[in-house]
Amino acid sequence: MAVKKLSKDKVGEALKELSKFRLVAPARSDDVVIFKEISDPAEAYLDYGNSTVPPKKMVFPQTETLFRFMVGDPELKEKNVEEEGTTVIFGIRPCDARAMSIVDKLFAWDYDDPYYQKRRALTTLVGMACTEPPSVNCFCTSVGGSPFSKEGLDILLTDMGDYYAVQALTEKGENLQKTLSSQLEDGGDEKKVEEMARAAEGKIKRSIKTDGIPEKIPTLWDSDVWKKVSASCLGCGTCTFLCPTCHCFDIQDEVEELGEGRRARMWDSCMFSEYTLHASGHNPRPSRKERTRNRISHKYSYYPNKFDDIACVGCGRCINLCPVNIDILDILEQVVEA
Amino acid sequence: MSSNNGNPYIPYRVNILDAWYEAPGDRCIKTFKVTFDDEKIWDTWSHRPGQCAMVGTPGIGESMFCISSSPTEKGYLRFSIMKTGKNTSALHELEKDDSFYIRGPLGNTFPVDDWKGKNIVTIGGGIGQAPLRPIIQWVRDNRADYGELELIYGARTSADHCFKAEFEEIGQSGECGLHLSVDVEEEEWPHFVGFVPTLLMDVAPKPDNAIAVTCGPPIMIKFVLENLEKLGFKPEQVYTTLENRMKCGIGKCGRCNVGNLYVCKDGPVFSYATLKNIPEAFA
Repeated sequence: MAVKKLSKDKVGEALKELSKFRLVAPARSDDVVIFKEISDPAEAYLDYGNSTVPPKKMVFPQTETLFRFMVGDPELKEKNVEEEGTTVIFGIRPCDARAMSIVDKLFAWDYDDPYYQKRRALTTLVGMACTEPPSVNCFCTSVGGSPFSKEGLDILLTDMGDYYAVQALTEKGENLQKTLSSQLEDGGDEKKVEEMARAAEGKIKRSIKTDGIPEKIPTLWDSDVWKKVSASCLGCGTCTFLCPTCHCFDIQDEVEELGEGRRARMWDSCMFSEYTLHASGHNPRPSRKERTRNRISHKYSYYPNKFDDIACVGCGRCINLCPVNIDILDILEQVVEA
Repeated sequence: MSSNNGNPYIPYRVNILDAWYEAPGDRCIKTFKVTFDDEKIWDTWSHRPGQCAMVGTPGIGESMFCISSSPTEKGYLRFSIMKTGKNTSALHELEKDDSFYIRGPLGNTFPVDDWKGKNIVTIGGGIGQAPLRPIIQWVRDNRADYGELELIYGARTSADHCFKAEFEEIGQSGECGLHLSVDVEEEEWPHFVGFVPTLLMDVAPKPDNAIAVTCGPPIMIKFVLENLEKLGFKPEQVYTTLENRMKCGIGKCGRCNVGNLYVCKDGPVFSYATLKNIPEAFA
C-alpha cells in the first residue's frame, strides 16, 4: 500500500478525529512520559524518546477485574471487556508493539485468555519509528527487533521533518487510515523511509550476541554467576514492572462494604519472595539469586524454548531504571563467559 | 477444557454432598464430596486421574488441589484438603450442604492408558495419597486392564492416615497388596513401623513390567526415588506429581514453573525421566 503523508500541522486534527475511540498517546506526567488516555490533542507529546512505563497496561491493565460477586450470592458477574470500546494507541514505539505480539503467544497458549485477547482485538497500534534511539541502552537489534520494526503494528509513522510518513500494515491499520482520509495526503517518500530505517539500525549503540544463550542458560543452574549478578539486587521489582514483555500476575479477591466484591488480577513480579511462597512456608526460590536466575532464564531460555521468541525487546528500561544499576546486557555477557 | 462460557477464570459452584475429617490436628485433613450446583455441567465435565482444580470461595481466594476421585466414580468429585493457610482454613469451615467454587479440570494426567497390562505400585505419604487415590480407584474399576496392584502408604501416626476406611476395605478384600506404616511406634499397630522409603525397601516391588507412582512430602519423595532406582526401576517407570504456588492454573500467571515447565499445565504429573533433568523440580 502506498505510503501516505500526515502533515505535522494536521496532527492535532487527526488526533481529534481519533478521539472518537479510546485514544491513548504519550503524554507528560510530572517529569516522566507515560501513555495515557487523552481527550485533548494538545496533551499528546510526540517528540518523546520512549515512555518510562510501557503502554502494556492498555491491553494488560496493572489491575483488572475478572468478575464481581456478592458474598453469599451464587451469581458471578463476568467483567465485560468489550464495553471499554475500541482503543487506538498512537505513537507506540516498535519495541513495545513487538512486545505485545510476543506476549500474545502466551495469552493464547492452549487456554485463550478472554480478557487480554478481547482487549487486544479492540486495540489498533499506531507506531512511531525510532529515527534516533530513544535511549543509550536500546538494544532491539540484538533480540530480533529494529527501530523501524513493523511487528505487531497496524500503522507505522516515521518522522520526516515536516510530516509523518504513514504506512498501513494491517486491515486494522487500513481502516484507521480511512478514518483519517481528510487528514492524510498521498506522496509519502517510501524510499527515504527505508533509508532512514537502515540508518537508524546503525545508531543503536549496545548489543549482545544471543546465539546459544537459550541453550547455555540451563547448563548454568549451579553456576556462581547468579549469585554474582544478583548480589546488589534490592528485589524492588522495577525491572519487571517496567518491562513490556513481563506478564506475570497475581489474583486477589477484594471484598468491599456490604459484601460486594471482586476477583481481580494485578501485575506481579518474579523478583518478590511472596511470588512463589507456599502456604506451608516453604519457598522454592528463597533468595534473589534464585529469583534473578528465574527472571533471566524465563526471558532468554524458557520463553524462546516454548514460543520461539526471546521475551525481551531490548527497550533498555530495566537498565535505565534499576536503582542499583543492574544491567541485563552485563548479566548476559557473564552468562556467555561463564 | 470445560469452563464457564469459555472463560477459564470463572469458577463453577459446587455443593457439598458430604464432608468428613481424614486426619486430626492443627493441619487436619478434610475430604469433601461435591456435585455441581448446575447439574448440566456434568454433561461437559470430563477429568482423568491426576488432574486438578482451583478450589475456593469468591471473597477468600482459591488454590490448586488434585481431584482425589477417579472419573469412574460417577456423580461426584472428591477433594481432600489439609488445613494450611487462609483459603484452606475457610474451606474447612464448610459442611454438608454448603457450597464452594472450582475451576477445572486443570493440568495433565497420569498416562493410565499407557499403563494397561502393567503392574502398578503406589507409594504415598500423608496427604500425598490424595493424587494417588484416583489411580487406585481407576485400576480397581478397570481391574481386567491392569496387572497386580500394590499399595504402599504411611503417615506419622495411624491417626494421620488418610482414607482409613477404604484401606481397610481393600485390605479385607485381598484384591491387592497393602502395606501400611507409621513413622514411630504406637500401641497395637499391627503393621510396619518406619518411614515410607524404608517400607518400600521392605516390600521390594519388582520393576519388571511395573509402574511406580509416588507422592508425599518432598523429603519422602527424594528417598523413594532413590530407593526405586536401587530396586531396579528405570526413571521412565516412575511418576510423581509436583505442586507449587499457583494463581491462574492455566499457564499464564508465571509462578509455578520448574525450569521451563509449568506445574499447572505441563504437570502436575511428571515422569522421573523428565524431572531428573530439571534441578528446580526438587527445589
